[in-house]
Amino acid sequence: MADYKELVLTTSGVNPLKCMRCGKCSGTCPSYDAMEYHPHQFVYMVEKGEIEKLMASKSIYTCLSCFACVERCPRDVEPAKLVEAVRLAVIRQQGQNHLKSEQIPDLIDDDLPQQAIVSAFRKYSK
Amino acid sequence: MTYSYFPGCTLKTKAKDLDHYARISAQALGFTLEEIPDWQCCGGVYPMAKNEIATKLSSIRTLAKARDMGMPLVTLCSACHNVIKQVNHDMQSDENIVLKANNYLKLDTPYQGETEVLHYLEVLRDKVGFDEVKKKVVNPLKGKKIAAYYGCLLLRPGKTMQMDNPENPKILEDFIRVIGAEPVLYPMRNECCGGYLTLDKKSVAESRSNQVMTSAAENGAEMVITACPLCLYNLQKNSGVSDLPVVYFTELLAEAFGLK
Repeated sequence: MADYKELVLTTSGVNPLKCMRCGKCSGTCPSYDAMEYHPHQFVYMVEKGEIEKLMASKSIYTCLSCFACVERCPRDVEPAKLVEAVRLAVIRQQGQNHLKSEQIPDLIDDDLPQQAIVSAFRKYSK
Repeated sequence: MTYSYFPGCTLKTKAKDLDHYARISAQALGFTLEEIPDWQCCGGVYPMAKNEIATKLSSIRTLAKARDMGMPLVTLCSACHNVIKQVNHDMQSDENIVLKANNYLKLDTPYQGETEVLHYLEVLRDKVGFDEVKKKVVNPLKGKKIAAYYGCLLLRPGKTMQMDNPENPKILEDFIRVIGAEPVLYPMRNECCGGYLTLDKKSVAESRSNQVMTSAAENGAEMVITACPLCLYNLQKNSGVSDLPVVYFTELLAEAFGLK
């Protein structure tokens, strides 16, 4: 059984103990409404070691990497890096890509910039 | 003055206007953008993990080539700028990434973050100078009310990007004044448009870009400008607001210079 907490802490470089639970990260998160677990919950659930719940949640694919929570955290906790590390704990495993190339033709239109596809693959697949 | 230049994938395809008008405006201002040979796509989003190396290599190759050309590196697309600038910061500050990337790349001279990375807007403000830019304006966009849309990538994280105050930026508003128009301030100018979620969860991109466009319109904007092709797409296609044009800032620069 992998020690997911250790893995997520090493991958992210984040120290969740710096968090004072003010909730500003979730208050500023543009994806808040679409998330089951919100940025502040990522911080305390990682601290408690409840990584598998997070790994099973679609919330890991909803982060926009917009750095709002990183910029606005008064304690420099960088919650987005925890979301990224939990997502990587999933998609770095074999066969766990969230976005597959065969899905792409149905998702695009003539105006969609390449940048969107490249970014989505980087976030959702290895 | 000649700068090395990283256009990125989208400026060669869907966002040719962003690139074209930047190049002809640069010519008018007396500087040249020399494309990095054999550049590779930056990947679109910065890989945040401390143990992520492979996804940073394309940016490091670009940065090292710019260093070897002996020129600062200029970017235009907000996403390319964000990725390359953050990776450059890693190469200045994270020993583990520096070691592993250089072990893999085996460059003639190891790369350690020497390249100065500038967004085109920073060239206008800090190298050319907005006062000089203003002197070249022959067709000022008088009375035009323009909302600057920063989105997330130009400004954040502020400590690394160092372009402007991430919560109260003014570089684009100053740019708008330089070309003779009137900037419109609105609350959503530095909030995310929904980015790549247009592919995985379209409802988020729709709601986010609608909030941005509605906020700009309510504050009297007649036009929105951006430096990011994906922001432009989301604001145009996903916002549900169709009567407020969204254009690249370089198009307006060329227009003000009488080049469009």
